[in-house]
Amino acid sequence: MANDNKLYDSDGREIVLKTDQLCIQFGGLKAVDHVNLEIKKGELYGLIGPNGAGKTTVFNLLTGVYKPTSGRFYLCGEDLTGKPPAEVNKKGIARTFQNIRLFNNLTVIENVMVGLSNQIPCSIFESVFRLPRHRKSEREYYERALELLKVFKLDEYKDHLASNLPYGKQRKLEIARAMATNPTLLLLDEPAAGMNPNETQELMDDITFIRKEFGMTILLIEHDMRLVSGICEKLTVLNFGTELAKGDTAEVLNDPEVIKAYIGE
Amino acid sequence: MDFLVTLINGLSSGGTYAIIALGYTMVYGIAKMLNFAHGDIIMVGGYAMYVTLMAMGHPVIAVCAAAVFCMILGIVIEKVAYKPLRGASPLAVLITAIGVSFLLQSLAQIIFGSSPKMPLKLQISGAVTIGAMRIDYSTILTLAVTVIIMVALSVFVKYSKTGRAMVAVSEDRDAALLMGINTNRIITITFAIGSVLAAVAGYLMLCKAPSLSNTLGSMPGIKAFTAAVIGGIGSIPGAMVGGLLLGVVECISYSIPALAPFTDAVEFSILIIVLLVKPSGILGKMRREKV
Repeated sequence: MANDNKLYDSDGREIVLKTDQLCIQFGGLKAVDHVNLEIKKGELYGLIGPNGAGKTTVFNLLTGVYKPTSGRFYLCGEDLTGKPPAEVNKKGIARTFQNIRLFNNLTVIENVMVGLSNQIPCSIFESVFRLPRHRKSEREYYERALELLKVFKLDEYKDHLASNLPYGKQRKLEIARAMATNPTLLLLDEPAAGMNPNETQELMDDITFIRKEFGMTILLIEHDMRLVSGICEKLTVLNFGTELAKGDTAEVLNDPEVIKAYIGE
Repeated sequence: MDFLVTLINGLSSGGTYAIIALGYTMVYGIAKMLNFAHGDIIMVGGYAMYVTLMAMGHPVIAVCAAAVFCMILGIVIEKVAYKPLRGASPLAVLITAIGVSFLLQSLAQIIFGSSPKMPLKLQISGAVTIGAMRIDYSTILTLAVTVIIMVALSVFVKYSKTGRAMVAVSEDRDAALLMGINTNRIITITFAIGSVLAAVAGYLMLCKAPSLSNTLGSMPGIKAFTAAVIGGIGSIPGAMVGGLLLGVVECISYSIPALAPFTDAVEFSILIIVLLVKPSGILGKMRREKV
């Protein structure tokens, strides 16, 4: 789709996500307070901060679950503020969840096929009467889902129920399902939560791989500092809803303010 | 042989319950509400058939017209009465559904009067005799329609984009939204399918006994709801199993002289027993509350 509003930074790199003074207030609590993010194409950006800092709230704002009290956000220059979640997803922002939320009664491959829903056209009329396009599109769903599963090495589990997968694989399946919606920007909410060191390493490899393979722009929330310092290029640190620091990963992690917020004085 | 006939009759009337129960269970699974006006859609379908018969004459056209009319009615009810209450307390939605039920019954009474109508053209009389067994044509038709609907619906849910989206929405509406699924549309489709099934059930009831009043759908509605709960509300195979089981129990109870007067009581006792033994229903899943 042609989009003439695309934003570029001073070096001419395309800006995929820009938030402009994003705020949300719940009663008297400013959960997210004037947050300005700028994420460039292909970047892996980390959002960190102590518990309750408002990280997941930022994700909920960026996916349309919450409407911001003030401020706006733009995907590739297009204003998506206030759009409902399904619409935001179609425009190109997909996410995973802090607590895994797969469709447990569907099989592994069906979960990915649900994510593909908007990618392959087929109306309910065609499905009900099983017209030729229904069969064609069903085959296409299946094949594209299988391709994605292969990327995440989940294809051997394709007919298992999602709930029967081991934990680490469920996390991967969530990423695969989000990738199926063909996003421009992928939001990962604590992808390494509850993983053992081996699984975390595998996850880091996967994230690096999808960045390379799909040129994906990724924003992730994470507490695992090994993962953050290992793969994130840039960071924003949130504390009580406000930006405490931002910039290159190594610099930010050595910032005395950040260290103070994390481990106290 | 008598028992076999009873069983076949039971499966047949159970089939009708199952078709109605599918409407309850799908709407519950996806919109998380009990649509107590569902039984009255059957009645509206009956009147739609009656009116079409008056105007055009042919039963097949009447059934098609009723299906279309009920589908539109189901969609309109959802949009007007239930959609504004999305996110409201379940009690408010439940009471609204009961209100819609009364509204439909009263409207039918105002328009068509309170004396029953007899759309005799819908009746299918006659029976086939196999050996010592005598089975009504209407029973055979009901069984056939039930099987077709069950198979078609299962295939639709399992092997179509919309079907998968329905399962996804029933499981986690918010996650489905975030995967780009238009949940409002899925809910509308669910109401449409449920209402068409109600119209079909209405025809199956009238082809056995063509007597039409504004409370036509009340008792079958309650029994089908019972069937849906017995099978595990929210579960499509559960509604099928629950409906068939209830129908068979009903016919067996009728065939035993001592139990015949208490048939309804016997049926609802099944509900109580199932709920005592397995509160989530035969095929229902236990939801463990996370602490």
